[in-house]
Amino acid sequence: MQAVFKRTAGLLNIPTHYCPGCTHGILHRLIAEAMCELDILHRTIGVSSVGCTYNNYEYFACDMVQAAHGRAPAVATGIKRVHPSKSVFTYQGDGDLAAIGTAEIIHAAARGEKISVFFANNAIYGMTSGQMAPTTLIGQVTTTSPFGRDPDAQGHPINVSEMMATLPGAVYVERVSLHDYRHIIQAKKAVRKAFRVQEAGLGFSLVEVLSTCPTNWGMDPPKSMDWVAEVMIQQYPLGLFRDPKLEESK
Amino acid sequence: MEKRVLMKGNEAIAEAAIRAGCRYYFGYPITPQTEIMHYMAKRMVEVGGTVIQAESELAAINMVYGAAAAGARAMTSSSSPGISLKQEGFSYIAGAELPAVVANIVRAGPGLGGILPSQGDYFQATKGGGHGDYRNIVLAPASVQELYEMTIEAFNLADRYRMLALILGDGALGQMMEPVVFRDKEPIDLPKKPWAVTGTGGVRPHNTITSIYIKADVLEAFNRKLQAKYAEVSRREVRAECLNCEDADILMVAFGTCSRIGRGIIPIAAAQGVRVGLIRPITLWPFPSDVIARAAAQPSVKAVLTIELSCGQMVEDVRLAVDGMKPIAFLGRSGGNLPTQKEILQKIMKMVGR
Ligand SMILES: Cc1ncc(C[n+]2csc(CCOP(=O)(O)OP(=O)(O)O)c2C)c(N)n1
Ligand code: SF4
Repeated sequence: MQAVFKRTAGLLNIPTHYCPGCTHGILHRLIAEAMCELDILHRTIGVSSVGCTYNNYEYFACDMVQAAHGRAPAVATGIKRVHPSKSVFTYQGDGDLAAIGTAEIIHAAARGEKISVFFANNAIYGMTSGQMAPTTLIGQVTTTSPFGRDPDAQGHPINVSEMMATLPGAVYVERVSLHDYRHIIQAKKAVRKAFRVQEAGLGFSLVEVLSTCPTNWGMDPPKSMDWVAEVMIQQYPLGLFRDPKLEESK
Repeated sequence: MEKRVLMKGNEAIAEAAIRAGCRYYFGYPITPQTEIMHYMAKRMVEVGGTVIQAESELAAINMVYGAAAAGARAMTSSSSPGISLKQEGFSYIAGAELPAVVANIVRAGPGLGGILPSQGDYFQATKGGGHGDYRNIVLAPASVQELYEMTIEAFNLADRYRMLALILGDGALGQMMEPVVFRDKEPIDLPKKPWAVTGTGGVRPHNTITSIYIKADVLEAFNRKLQAKYAEVSRREVRAECLNCEDADILMVAFGTCSRIGRGIIPIAAAQGVRVGLIRPITLWPFPSDVIARAAAQPSVKAVLTIELSCGQMVEDVRLAVDGMKPIAFLGRSGGNLPTQKEILQKIMKMVGR
């Protein structure tokens, strides 16, 4: 019998702890596959952040470092400066990247650090049980915005990709989604491209990935996917915000 | 004759770091230590190293965390308010068992305080500062030559024990100029770091650097391991200097800048018929409790005087060391002021009933 689908070598044979219908697992797989396809798994160093994916250093087969909440881009900077010929990526949630780590992500991009950032935007704090995130939509109910996010009192969502695209050091910025297979294929291309931009030494790359959190959204997995497709995308339009125009070699 | 170079204390730290094989410096400007970064910015270019002016002290210490995880000798430096921001990183460096070197050229606090010298960060340096059960090695130099030598020593200790070594100076030491001899005691032999993240190279399982242990038993076992390491450091690395302590009437305990003032008291007091000894802790953690206890136990010793540029911090450790054997007196100045020889002498004379 011929295997048509198998575990990628980029992920170790360890069951993840993510909830059913959570897209963190899909994004892990895309990153792992991209490292294998580009043949950089053996010389990639990843940085886990603080959020539901705090321990994904156990899952990825490459060398991994766990960073304090929000500090992954600074930690990645330290690693990359020591190993400029290796690939370095961070995996961060929206609380990690767009709240407590806002300074670190902006300045890593401003310096044009040659790292790749995979930013899972699920519009909520997953790990700590569903508080409002900087990316929470207006009107969205969370445990700390129980009557829906009120822009008057709680401000407006941050569109990270649009903001990062204003920085010349951020040479590649794209927003993708994981809500259906067509979009997953597009997301995979973006993940690969982020690594390739880094490998080519062009600068900082960030892929914002619209993700689900069925558990804290209070939705079942299919409904969560629909909510991304119908509601979240309105606030966070998919697309390419900065494009370094790589030659299509690989 | 050995070549002597006149330099600022801050510059001596930077030169020493480079000679110790440090090629990564991450900092954020703050008086009175910014000359470290100025010097690094020029000198690192000559040796092919990296200097990043980070967006904050938080970012700088986390860059050190990353560079140390990647296997390099890396450092940052700051002064008190900046060191407060770095405490998060200190705790993570301890939890991930990474070697790192930090210099704190202390200024007067609390708050923004002032830019003049102080030793008011003693508690923060020696008792944690960040969260959790951890220790840092704390070295207290008292001259520009010692800033140089102890910076090199800090890198060696950090690597040997996989922990953070802190150089606790103050604004006076950082800014003063003194001749330095670049005496490299031993050829710098960078240790192998098989645990570092370098990429697996496809030849070994992945390395992971982390400080999180969700299961109580696993974390407790890790804490026990850390404590065993700290106990070993306490056994092997205590450093102190004793001057004139034998048969002293009064024992002074002072570190860094204060020890320089204390040193000057010894002959003046002797001329007035009082034998004064000085114990200078060189490692503030591990603290030389036994050295102090032994000296204080001598029958000649009437009392112990702790002198600090603070409102009384190290004096608590001195009190614990002496453990009620002898009375403890304290003389402290703060806000950037230094105690004068006159006021120390007056205090000593009062202590001996004169
Ligand atoms: C300094 C600090 N503050 C707060 C926390 C608690 N905390 C852990 S995860 C988290 C939120 C993470 O949310 P996000 O980045 O959106 O990731 P997700 O869990 O949704 O994947 C918070 C606040 C922490 N670990 N450290
Ligand atoms: S809490 Fe949300 S983000 Fe976290 S694993 Fe579950 S579904 Fe995913």
